[in-house]
Amino acid sequence: MKMKKGMTVEQFGAWFEVVRFALAVLIAFTISLIIMSFSTDAPFAAIGNLFVGPMTSVRRFSTVLETMIPLTFAGLAVNVMFKANQFNLSAEGAFFMGALVAAIIAIYMPGPPIIVIVVGMLAAGITGSLVCAIPGFLKIKWRCSEMVISLMLNYVMLYFGTYIFNQVARDPDSAYKASHTFREGVNLGNLIPRTRLHAGVFIVAAFVALTWFFMFKTKWGYKLRMTGSNINFARCAGIPVVSVIIGSQFLGGFIAGVGGSTEMLGMYSRFQWSSLPGYGFDGVILNILAKENPAYIPIAAFFVAYLRIGADYMYKQSDIASEIVAIIEGLVIVLVAATAFLSKYRHRMTTKVSRDLLEAGGAK
Amino acid sequence: MSNVIQSIFSTTFLFSVIRVATPLILASMGAVITSNAGITNIGIEGVMLVSALTGVFASAFGFGPWFGFFVAILTGVICSLAIGYVSMSLKADSVLTCIAFNTMAVGGTVYFMYAVVRDKGTTIALDSGKLPSIQIPVIENIPVLGDILSNHNVVSYLAFLMIGIVYLLLYKTPLGLRIRSAGKAPNALSSVGVSLIKTRYIALGISGILGGMAGAFMSMGYVTWFSKNMTAGRGFIALAADAMGNSTPVGAALSSLLFAAAEALSYSLQITTIPPELVQMLPYLVTIIGLAAYAARRTSLDKKKREQMAEEKG
Repeated sequence: MKMKKGMTVEQFGAWFEVVRFALAVLIAFTISLIIMSFSTDAPFAAIGNLFVGPMTSVRRFSTVLETMIPLTFAGLAVNVMFKANQFNLSAEGAFFMGALVAAIIAIYMPGPPIIVIVVGMLAAGITGSLVCAIPGFLKIKWRCSEMVISLMLNYVMLYFGTYIFNQVARDPDSAYKASHTFREGVNLGNLIPRTRLHAGVFIVAAFVALTWFFMFKTKWGYKLRMTGSNINFARCAGIPVVSVIIGSQFLGGFIAGVGGSTEMLGMYSRFQWSSLPGYGFDGVILNILAKENPAYIPIAAFFVAYLRIGADYMYKQSDIASEIVAIIEGLVIVLVAATAFLSKYRHRMTTKVSRDLLEAGGAK
Repeated sequence: MSNVIQSIFSTTFLFSVIRVATPLILASMGAVITSNAGITNIGIEGVMLVSALTGVFASAFGFGPWFGFFVAILTGVICSLAIGYVSMSLKADSVLTCIAFNTMAVGGTVYFMYAVVRDKGTTIALDSGKLPSIQIPVIENIPVLGDILSNHNVVSYLAFLMIGIVYLLLYKTPLGLRIRSAGKAPNALSSVGVSLIKTRYIALGISGILGGMAGAFMSMGYVTWFSKNMTAGRGFIALAADAMGNSTPVGAALSSLLFAAAEALSYSLQITTIPPELVQMLPYLVTIIGLAAYAARRTSLDKKKREQMAEEKG
């Protein structure tokens, strides 16, 4: 590892984080290669397919972007909820219910498509808010573990949602479990011909910007961050911590609900989910990869989406189950989250950098 | 409606409660041990899943179900210690470590299943065998009671035995005292020269044994194959049972039985006209209501206690 001369301690810190992340990815891939070498004679060719896969056609690359959209929503939702120091995992259920509500509105609501879409998304967002507020409320009121409650709540939402789906939206003539098709024109369009990339890209971009602005440039964002980092201090400073915590769960749920509706109206023409989509846990992963900063979540989402689409390509080309990416993702997360990983090196180098600066008389 | 009532009070229903409760009891005993040591171990879900798969593999390619059972337990211990290593020695947040581990478990088991049997769904093609069921002498001949209590899988009896063992371990041994101090007063533990980290490693190891047994039961008792994500949140329910049982072995076991009854009820209600989704929702809803009710009661008790203390002072 080389480093530039004359760095400040802050620059070294930033540089170190990049190196640490790169090393984590490298270790994760090395371990996966070893695992893969047990089930194929050509592990390097397989992993090569994983890397180049998404680049092999416009359509595949567009799939990466399409996959990024719900992942980014999930990351943002978890980011806002976790910022209040609440391990609320119900983004999963909020995503599912949001998608369902948007689908029902897209099937039945009359009027111009654009209005239907806006109403569908708002309704999805509000549904998501209500879902995510439940664990937050129970935590504040009775000190229930928000994590355990939210894990249970996701299953309640899955079965309750399936019940609503069967009662209200299911198309009895369909051969498989699917709803009636959405009304003509109720979708998020198509940006590039022969791909499924939709206007959700702009919606998610707006949400990233808004979440970042909210978190770092508004009074409410400041209160939220303060409550999350030290609730007693926040209370003493006169911040209404209860409403801040509940509010952040509402907001996170709203983002997750809108995410569900964007995915539904952008990628599907009928509702056909029969299990939880898994975005709640993905959101946690993205939030960590992005160092809990909303601005970095799209980058993390791109990384994860690229891996997953690459793995699908690898599965088709090399006959290696694409689920290997779960191992890669898990290892990267663990190493990124492991504060002790390389901490000795960091400590030594920080000392050295400071000493160099002092000797050069450059300690400003 | 009389149909439903009849099915609830039937011996088959109570028999299936015990069957369904087995993995929940085992996993919740694991959760009791770790939460007493001050760790929220949501990784137990993934531990069960991985053990279920290795158990099947070891049984099919090794020396039968008992060997599979042993390997499943070993896997549980190794996985739990790995979680401990990352969260304690590498100092990653423990919840994140567990979420990452669960992600790896869901994907990784499918990866290895596909690598071995070329199927992403189940290992039904493998002849992996089943742990034996046991007829209990004397009891099997008692009417009603025999139908309910006898002829269960050996792991089910083991699960009930474990309640007692975990109770004795936690409250009657020096190790149990250390584990409980690791959760309640970690500084006191360190001050008498006992390593906090070592104690927590031991607690995780024991929870790995229990999680491994639960996993082995899923794939070699409950059914005789491994299928994708077959634990389906049972590890999370075990965590809920631990919370509702106030981290005591008996409390957690009773909560597990309650959740199991709700699940078994959902199976027997499926023959009625009640929509199946609502019935499937039942165990999870019961868990949430149970947790909230328990927590509400605890909060009001705390309040009363505080008021009482204030009165005594005044």
